[in-house]
Amino acid sequence: MSVTTASRLRVPASVYALRNIVLFLMKSPTSLFGLAVLALLILVAIFAPLIATHDPYAQDLANTLQAPGNGHMFGTDELGRDIFSRLVWGSRITLTIIFLVSIVVGPIGLAVGAASGYLGGRFDTVMMRITDIFLSFPSLILSLAFVAALGPSLNNAIIAIALTSWPPIARLARAEAMTFRNADYIAAARLQGASPTRIIVKSIVPMCLPSVLIRLTLNMATVILTAAGLGFLGLGAQPPLPEWGAMIATGRRYMLDSWWLVTFPGVAILCVSLAFNLLGDGLRDALDPKQMNRR
Amino acid sequence: MSTRRLSMQGAIGHIGTILVTLLGLLVLTFIIGRMMPADPVRAMVGEDATRETYEQVFRSLGLDRPLWEQFFYYLGDVLTGNFGTSIRTGQPVIQDILHVMPATIELATFAILIGAGIGVPMGVIAAVNKDRWLDHVVRVLSLFGHSMPIFWTGMIALIVLYAKLDLVGGSGRMDQFYIGLVPETTGFLLIDSLLAGEMDVFWSAVNHLILPAALLGYSSSAYITRMTRSFMLDQLGQEYITTARVKGLSNRQTVWRHAFGNIRVQLVTIVALAYGSLLEGAVLIETVFAWPGFGQYLTSNLIIGDMNAVMTCVLIVGVIFIALNLLSDVLYRLFDPRTR
Amino acid sequence: MTSSILEVENLHIRYGGAATDAVRGVSFTLGRERLGIVGESGSGKSTVGRGLLRLLPSAKITADKLRFEDVDLLSLSEDQMLGVRGRRMSMILQDPKFSLNPIRKVGDQVAETYLRHFKCSRQDAREKAVAMLEAVKIRDPERVCEQYPHEISGGMGQRVMIAMMLLADPDVVIADEPTSALDVTVRLQVLNILDSLVRDRGIGLIMISHDLNLVRNFCDRVLIMYAGRVVETLAARDLDKAQHPYTRGLLAAQPRIGGTRAPLAVLDRRPEWLEEVSR
Repeated sequence: MSVTTASRLRVPASVYALRNIVLFLMKSPTSLFGLAVLALLILVAIFAPLIATHDPYAQDLANTLQAPGNGHMFGTDELGRDIFSRLVWGSRITLTIIFLVSIVVGPIGLAVGAASGYLGGRFDTVMMRITDIFLSFPSLILSLAFVAALGPSLNNAIIAIALTSWPPIARLARAEAMTFRNADYIAAARLQGASPTRIIVKSIVPMCLPSVLIRLTLNMATVILTAAGLGFLGLGAQPPLPEWGAMIATGRRYMLDSWWLVTFPGVAILCVSLAFNLLGDGLRDALDPKQMNRR
Repeated sequence: MSTRRLSMQGAIGHIGTILVTLLGLLVLTFIIGRMMPADPVRAMVGEDATRETYEQVFRSLGLDRPLWEQFFYYLGDVLTGNFGTSIRTGQPVIQDILHVMPATIELATFAILIGAGIGVPMGVIAAVNKDRWLDHVVRVLSLFGHSMPIFWTGMIALIVLYAKLDLVGGSGRMDQFYIGLVPETTGFLLIDSLLAGEMDVFWSAVNHLILPAALLGYSSSAYITRMTRSFMLDQLGQEYITTARVKGLSNRQTVWRHAFGNIRVQLVTIVALAYGSLLEGAVLIETVFAWPGFGQYLTSNLIIGDMNAVMTCVLIVGVIFIALNLLSDVLYRLFDPRTR
Repeated sequence: MTSSILEVENLHIRYGGAATDAVRGVSFTLGRERLGIVGESGSGKSTVGRGLLRLLPSAKITADKLRFEDVDLLSLSEDQMLGVRGRRMSMILQDPKFSLNPIRKVGDQVAETYLRHFKCSRQDAREKAVAMLEAVKIRDPERVCEQYPHEISGGMGQRVMIAMMLLADPDVVIADEPTSALDVTVRLQVLNILDSLVRDRGIGLIMISHDLNLVRNFCDRVLIMYAGRVVETLAARDLDKAQHPYTRGLLAAQPRIGGTRAPLAVLDRRPEWLEEVSR
């Protein structure tokens, strides 16, 4: 029974589901705030050259540490660069980090999880022990260690974050895969002579996809905070890149006199990570079957 | 009898899993150590050593052996308690870490007390008022704590509460002129200053501790709040809650004596895990507050690429995490009558 | 009825967010007798029981009259209600597996009722609890007091529940399907214990059940509920002479040893019963 409903309805159902989820999210003010901030972030990143009032790298040593106002909405930093423009360009870095981490973590987690869940046995045991090892660290500490090993740079920070954030995804995909593994339609595929690879790719992975996508969204707040933390410690994006965490790190020296150097990048990080958290929280509610039925 | 044997088997399986995880942890730190770009030989012999000396040291460190053989040396070293020497301080790494650890434990313990002190009542309040405005307020407050970049919040708090309002102490563990006044007996400044009878130092330490601990605590309270809320909702939906109300217990008594009483065990588990993840926040907050603890030791060594120190730090964090997991598991078994 | 303890007139209960009332105009009186309320799942019989104790926080309860002894249940404050619950009116829940707190000792749970309503020491409450456990025919009550709910059987659990709910000597006890979660073998035993305690103490009992035979044997009067309404009220011994087609349908749908082998009748449900008013 689950076979027919699942396969017949897959495409239209997912479209409907997406529409329902968005509608549900729009109803809650907090999720709406999350959606709005993210939309704003994406728009700002796309139109950064148009929105920025100055060149983010242009130094103006005559105008260093200017308070907000006077043509610099958020003031200038220690090299006279316009903070607003740097924030605007920095949104591209933030989005790049999120995007790259997600496209690395999603497939790895999905592949490992779906394979262990479907195959079970020794492969599963080994894989789960490996995720256990990764999960026995706070993600920032492990990322720190990886970046230290690879050398500090934005790309290495992305690699390090990706390396440390696939295990929870794999765990989730595995749990999902295990619920489908004994379904009749999988047995049918097996009887037709489909290879395990084919079954995993064609039948297991698509079923795990929705929950993995949600988990990725939920993860993004953590990714942003970790990336900013690495930038702050000088292990992520290197100057003069306008990465928000790194901007806070350089602004720290001047923070007692020039509060705007650290305040605005921090507010930006806070807003984006809060937006992802609120959205994730809303998604969790939206996808909770008990909540869906109550409407 | 049979159930006891079963739980014994479970315990043995559990220990096996932990040993495998520990071994994996060592593999991981070993790999990270070998991936480090810093050249340990060069660091030891200096820039202008001859080729012969270099190669001699290279061999004496076992770096000419195959990788797996090197791993077994590493394993042997770790098992005999030899974690190597820090290049920066010239001291055995483990001694360095033991020296900085009390500062971090003091900070983390205060933080978890604050975090649980905020998080648990907030979670209960949210659950009792599910879907009402109080629930939403708690949810947004806790998500806020979860979303803030703690290193930034630390700075803003320093600017406002220390520089502008002068309500709390600034960075460091105590005011400058108290440093060195109290002999280091336990390493825990609060205890040491009390032992020495230096109340001024004690209050200065409290004054310096309160802000970083509060920030760390607030950030960890998000997780505690969420879990408390969901545990409470589980319990409040149970039939024994109706029984308690039928008996004539008030709402408050029902919630706290029955529902809350039944989640205490789960809460201990959650708080233990939250304590572990405080280490993560500690790395950042210690940098902001110039707190001479484990986090600062780790980051300063990361930046100069002191391999032994970094590997050992990572290893210790992993071990602490596993130990906390184990502890929470044991507590669960001890306190829940159903698992006895 | 000689003197009625409980008088209910035109009781309506609507759950928060629901479009219609779950209970629609139920009226009955209860004396020192055993009243059965029978109906299918969803007929509102449990809701009536919980509504009387005001245990439904999200529900809206209205009635022309809801008198319990000298008090009007609807106008009591929640604080005053706390003095009624457990002390003067209590309820026995369905399944001891879920209705006993899993991580507190049985003795403490039973004694809690007494401690809540009487000024006494823990020791006194404990002695009362032990005596009550003895009264529900638990052998070695001291030992059972020290056990956790998962360590005792279902039948014993339900006897503990009865002890807990009768300990403060209430005037009315509502038993909500008290035996449906139990093995058939211990059902009768538990019911007999409940029955003798209720008779000895002159307690008014409301027995909520879907089991016609049980109600026939253990009750004096029976209310038949359908879709939130009482469709018929009769003396238990006259159950076979029921007039209402729904009651007759319920009776006919029951298998009987020695009855015909013809397929059992399927319960007929007619829309006009939804609006019918009971006499």
